[in-house]
Amino acid sequence: MKSHQSTTALLFTGVAACAELLNPLDAGAHLLTTGMGPVYDGIGHLLLTPEDLIPAMAVALYAGLRGKDPGRQTLFLFPLAWLIGGFAGLMATSIPVFPVQILSFLLLGGLIASDLRLPDNIITVIVIAVGTIHGFYNGIAMEGGPGISGLFGISSIIFALVAIAAALVISLRAAWARVVVRVTGSWIVAVGLLMLGWMAKGAS
Amino acid sequence: MTRKGKYLNYITCFLVQSGFFIAIPFAHAHVEQSQAISFVTGLGHPWSGLDHVLAMIAVGLWGAQFGNPAIWTLPITFPLAMSLGAMMGLLGMPLPAIEAGIAVSAIVLGLMVLGEVRPKLIVAVILVSCFAVFHGHAHGTELPAGHSGFLYSMGFVIATGCLHGLGITVGLIHRWPMGKVALRGSGGLIAAMGFFFLWQAVA
Repeated sequence: MKSHQSTTALLFTGVAACAELLNPLDAGAHLLTTGMGPVYDGIGHLLLTPEDLIPAMAVALYAGLRGKDPGRQTLFLFPLAWLIGGFAGLMATSIPVFPVQILSFLLLGGLIASDLRLPDNIITVIVIAVGTIHGFYNGIAMEGGPGISGLFGISSIIFALVAIAAALVISLRAAWARVVVRVTGSWIVAVGLLMLGWMAKGAS
Repeated sequence: MTRKGKYLNYITCFLVQSGFFIAIPFAHAHVEQSQAISFVTGLGHPWSGLDHVLAMIAVGLWGAQFGNPAIWTLPITFPLAMSLGAMMGLLGMPLPAIEAGIAVSAIVLGLMVLGEVRPKLIVAVILVSCFAVFHGHAHGTELPAGHSGFLYSMGFVIATGCLHGLGITVGLIHRWPMGKVALRGSGGLIAAMGFFFLWQAVA
């Protein structure tokens, strides 16, 4: 871009920003008025819970490593499975004790680190299983709180994250860039192993 | 803008952002107060012991010197074996002469870089894995009271990986003749430091 063009673009941006400041609308900062509060609660819950966020990202990374078709499939199936699992969790009467996060870390991290080429239908089963089980526990957490709206928030942010992460990995062409993704997988397994150790220590 | 210039811009942005991330204080925005500090404690722990830092960097240097596929196999292997070592520690399985083992890891890895030794990949992987078990056993279990084990582990693994990355990045000087000499020199320095740590451990 030439310098006079960039100056003009800057001027336009400045004028637009001033116009925006001179004509402010209600901020709607208190989400009670919009009814979107529980949705954002759900979004915030996922983003602030690494035990759920990392497996969700790991699913996206693995799907991305496997290519376009598994990536597209995961984009729609994973949030849907999470949502359905969440509905089941909302209706659950008891909380089953199961180290789901640890197993997810070990399984998904292992798949990414080894870059294992599984058949598409197996990938689909894994994606649905991880989504449903994590969603189920999220549903239990949402009960009495954000409820169904929170689950919709979680599913929507998962959709966005999977879209970004899987698309990024699919687009990687350089061998070293794919290796970086695999190294991330090894870190996820390592954290899973340490979690297993902490759990065993707590239990002993 | 040239392609090279674009990449330089990306790297500069990444380094500046990383600097901010490292420098920011704890937000304490959430009810569970120990969450952020657990992660940062884990992130900072590997940098607190020079013996650990040198061995991690040596793994990266050796990987870079070794070339493909060791450049990525060794840094993938190390955190996994290190976690197994930490698990052993958490389960109360004893490991003899841990501090000496860590010092020996610095000596051997330093000597490998110094001598530009290229054994079979499987030998290198086994060697690095054995040393990683000692590092994990000693450092992975040092969780301060009241901290989250999960977030501490996450920080610990990420920091260890970053140390490997640092070693690999520095090790890329191997491409130039002077860099090759400097790299071997740094291996010698790491081995010398390892001898010092070993002397401290056994004295």
